[in-house]
Amino acid sequence: MRVEDRKFVTTGGVYTDDLVQKEFAGAAHLTFVRSPMAHGRIRSVDTRAAREAPGVIAVFAPDDLDVTPLAPSFPMFNPQMLRPWLASEVVRFVGEPIAAVLTEQLYQGEDAAELIEVDLKPLPTVLSTARSAADEVLLFPAAGTNLVATFGEQRDPSMFNGCEVVLTQRLTNRRVAPVPLEPRAAAASWGVDGRLTLWCSNQGAQFIQGELAGMLGVGTGLVHIRTADVGGGFGAKIEADLEFAIIAELAKILGRPVRWAETRSENLTGMVHGRGQDQVITVGGRRDGTVTAYSLEVEQDCGAYPRLGGLLPTATLMMAPGVYDIENVHGYARCWVTNTTSIGAYRGAGRPEATFAIERALDLFAAEIEMDPAEVRRKNLSPPFSAPRPNGAGAVYDSGDYAAALDKVLAAGDYPKLRAEQTRRRSAGLTRQLGLGVSTYVEITGLGLGELKEAAEVEVYPDGTVTVLTGTSPHGQGHATAWAMIASDQLGIPIEKITVLHGDTDLIPAGGGTLGSRSLQQGGVAVHQASIELVELAKQRAADLLEANPDDMVVDLAKAGVKVVGSDQGIRFAELAGRERLLAHTTFAAPGPTFPFGAHLAVVEVDIETGKSVLQRIITVDDAGRVLNPLLCEGQRHGGIAQGVAQALYEEVLYDDLGNPLTSTLADYPMISAAELPSFELLAMQTETPFNPLGAKGIGEAATIGSTPAVLNAVIDAVSYLGVRHIEMPATAHRVWEAIQAAQTNHTVPSAPLGQK
Amino acid sequence: MKVSISVNGQQRTDSVEPRLLLVHYLRDVRGLRAANVGCDTSSCGACTVLVDGEAVKSCTVLCVQADGSQITTAEGLAAAGGELHPVQAAFREQHGLQCGFCTPGMIMATVGLLSQNPAPTEQQVREGLEGNLCRCTGYHNIVRAVLASAEALA
Amino acid sequence: MIPARFEYVREDSAEQALQLLAQHGEDARLLAGGQSLIPLMKLRLAMPSVLIDIGRIPELRYIRLDGDEVAIGALARDHDLETSAMLRTEVPLLAYVAAQVGDPQVRARGTIGGTLAHGDAASDLPTAVLALGATMVIRGPGATRTVPATEFFKGTFSTAIEPDEMLVEVRIPRLAGYGWGYQKFTRRANDWPIVAVATVNGRVALANAAETVIRARATDEAIAAGASINDAAEVADREATPTADMHGSITYHRHLIRVLTERALHAAAG
Repeated sequence: MRVEDRKFVTTGGVYTDDLVQKEFAGAAHLTFVRSPMAHGRIRSVDTRAAREAPGVIAVFAPDDLDVTPLAPSFPMFNPQMLRPWLASEVVRFVGEPIAAVLTEQLYQGEDAAELIEVDLKPLPTVLSTARSAADEVLLFPAAGTNLVATFGEQRDPSMFNGCEVVLTQRLTNRRVAPVPLEPRAAAASWGVDGRLTLWCSNQGAQFIQGELAGMLGVGTGLVHIRTADVGGGFGAKIEADLEFAIIAELAKILGRPVRWAETRSENLTGMVHGRGQDQVITVGGRRDGTVTAYSLEVEQDCGAYPRLGGLLPTATLMMAPGVYDIENVHGYARCWVTNTTSIGAYRGAGRPEATFAIERALDLFAAEIEMDPAEVRRKNLSPPFSAPRPNGAGAVYDSGDYAAALDKVLAAGDYPKLRAEQTRRRSAGLTRQLGLGVSTYVEITGLGLGELKEAAEVEVYPDGTVTVLTGTSPHGQGHATAWAMIASDQLGIPIEKITVLHGDTDLIPAGGGTLGSRSLQQGGVAVHQASIELVELAKQRAADLLEANPDDMVVDLAKAGVKVVGSDQGIRFAELAGRERLLAHTTFAAPGPTFPFGAHLAVVEVDIETGKSVLQRIITVDDAGRVLNPLLCEGQRHGGIAQGVAQALYEEVLYDDLGNPLTSTLADYPMISAAELPSFELLAMQTETPFNPLGAKGIGEAATIGSTPAVLNAVIDAVSYLGVRHIEMPATAHRVWEAIQAAQTNHTVPSAPLGQK
Repeated sequence: MKVSISVNGQQRTDSVEPRLLLVHYLRDVRGLRAANVGCDTSSCGACTVLVDGEAVKSCTVLCVQADGSQITTAEGLAAAGGELHPVQAAFREQHGLQCGFCTPGMIMATVGLLSQNPAPTEQQVREGLEGNLCRCTGYHNIVRAVLASAEALA
Repeated sequence: MIPARFEYVREDSAEQALQLLAQHGEDARLLAGGQSLIPLMKLRLAMPSVLIDIGRIPELRYIRLDGDEVAIGALARDHDLETSAMLRTEVPLLAYVAAQVGDPQVRARGTIGGTLAHGDAASDLPTAVLALGATMVIRGPGATRTVPATEFFKGTFSTAIEPDEMLVEVRIPRLAGYGWGYQKFTRRANDWPIVAVATVNGRVALANAAETVIRARATDEAIAAGASINDAAEVADREATPTADMHGSITYHRHLIRVLTERALHAAAG
């Protein structure tokens, strides 16, 4: 059981919008006015009526802020794609902030915001990477192009010469909305010492601090970030949002604290979206099932202002070959701006896209050579290994046994029996057909936004309690329990007496946050290391006090101290702390990222009359090395599976032809619920990494990466006997039905969804 | 307008504007912030509380509609001595929460669900929680928590 | 997220509510369960200046037998309908459909009167009452009148209720023992129907197939003429005017109407 949970199930977590600190007494409430148009020239913004509205403290239109537009946060992006704080000449996506209203009470904000009149002249919209790449309508004329960045080189046209079988397929890894249950929120106040304190919902206070200081043009030391409970992040709360800078700036101008909590509608257009890759895969090989060449070409949609999403193709290309030994692998990616919400990191962040592509490639290849998809995988999997092994695309995998993972899920699902059931239903001509989908995957974890390291500080106090300071930033992952357990294991102090602190840049100046599944393998290991170092320090001091040989000192877990080996002579940590502060601060530097892997088997039932798919079962291996806390580990796998299934079957962000979002409420955006999912069948497998003393890799995103292709492959498998080779995801009933119709009449399968472009 | 509402057994009279949503009344007027606002279309259920014993979405009820009602929030479930309600205990034991944002609403929806169907099947649990969204847990352990609650309450 | 300002008054009698309605005219709206109206007001798609809360009028919340009909007070909750043993026997289609509405929290407060008056083409209860051949009892300042379901649903969110009137009762023929069927096609379980089909006693009604709920008259006629279920279902979309949307093309919507009608008719045939 987690130590955090008593609070969560009784009084509830304290999230940023729940804060009632004295420092926010009299805070002004901020309501944004956002662009209703995807691309337009601002003719005027009339705030006069709003300024007179009840409770209005101030209204800020672009001219009211003396700030410089922001350059993209990453150096490899086109530097001319500047982002204004409040759109002043041009709006570039529906949801872009145009004005800000500050009111005494929350409700007054919406009333006043309604009175602001924005006159926009429509401009032609760019809503796809294809249209963007034409460079006809430019989002940033000064940039001269819509191209944000390029990764890799175009492929050698002779790459597939000599392959018996060559296939090409266009795929779309459609954009999705992260939808953490807690929307974004922030509260800013400036102290008399000229320091900003910003509470915000985030995934790493230190990263936010650096970004925000840069945006505000103030020294990093003047920005104090604090973190309350965070209601989910999934990658979307990694970066400092522009809204944080606006809040801080307005608080400074007003001389009053300012707070903001976005509505869900704002969140669905204002928070970064995930995925958004258009892909072309080409796979070549022999009829015996061996894949010898694979090419992945990516057009990444960045949205209107390039953010973290523009970097993710590097991870996609690096992980392109997946778990397979493929002689010749090539990857190439270009990133484009479009008149849509910016793309950021979302559970998997670039790696689901890679796995999706290669797993589809394997299935298409299998269909072409008429071999079972599990069989084709077996023929191409890298053999088991426990020492670092390059993958041919720039990654060095640490350890893996892919065939064992595949064997496990197929055995657990009784694959031949499922195939027999599928055959039976086909022969019987039933309306509800069965589909089986397999994925074998590997992913890269531990990559953050800085170096591969994390710090931890462990201190024992004279009263026997402990604090652990960590640079990670949990938002549901349970670090308060997990890190306490790690320290407890070394110190013998019960976890009830151990408090884990995070998310306060004054307390913890350096940290990498919680993202990229890095926390346990870097942060947890750092806690482990710090605990061990504390014990060593204790041994030294105890040896002095007891006039013993330090080599004769051992830890005494039962007494939470150290003692002379083979004797009763010892001192408790608490007692040592009474004499001199007893703490250890350490940094663990990982030798490299780690590579969890696994296999998923999905069983889907498809109603071939309506096209509707229902996930019946999903059986998974998600091997992230040593499991320290099975409950927490399974929880991450469950949540990951749900999000992966959601993308395969339900979720996609849709825009109409003018760039108006069609899925900007939770009534329209089909976030997956309990009714769409079965219980999951998780299998255990632990292949340790040599890269850290705990042998742990990162579990947070793995199951999402494995589940999406397995489920989509299952849907296609269900109707493959009708001639269907590919269906775009999400495999909605309409898409499946259309695919069946097209296959039956031998027309091309439509690949554009309704409502897009 | 004056409203007289009992929340977790505490009766109070307050002056509110008609458009004040019940969830904001609970959070900002009564200081009970377990119920959360997670959406604006009555879709997510994070605001679920009991009104006169029935689980409702407090974001879709005006405070004035609840005049004279008895409301129970997650804060009011545990016994006076602090002993957790069986549903609260089950969520904790089954790891039916991660970030906790959906949890109070999920717990209150569960209390409502089990009061109407004390021995639900897994399918009935999943359908019964259609109105409560969670992004973290994948619902697997939430379902286990509800089924465990049902056993504990039986 | 927050409704525009309005005046609020709670009336515990239908008469007084009607008086207020007459007084305030089109600026006023009746508030029953609020599960349709409040979401609209929060998005500021509806901005009445006066809200008349009739949610607690005691004499309007009932489900009772009345001769060869079941009479349901407009303020009967979805949950009341779902759990009424009498309704499950006498009008099982309605009890079943009430259980399909939204989620349990919505059903605790949503009322049949509110839902019918809202007149959403994509709504379960209007579809059911249309197939059931229900009669709406509408009270106005001067008199009470009845309107058959076939004349009640007029167009997009528009019903036969005049601005100064209130729906007070729904009367449904007792159909114990009659075969019935309800097919609701959704994306997620809790979504509005992409298409829904209700059938009982030779009548088929469709949700989300036109501006408002409609009868599939061609199918009704085919059934009456003794056609097979397959043939009757084939023409189910004749009256439908579906539009293309994120759920599919017009062709696909029409196809769904036919498939679901066939399934509903099979269910009704047992």
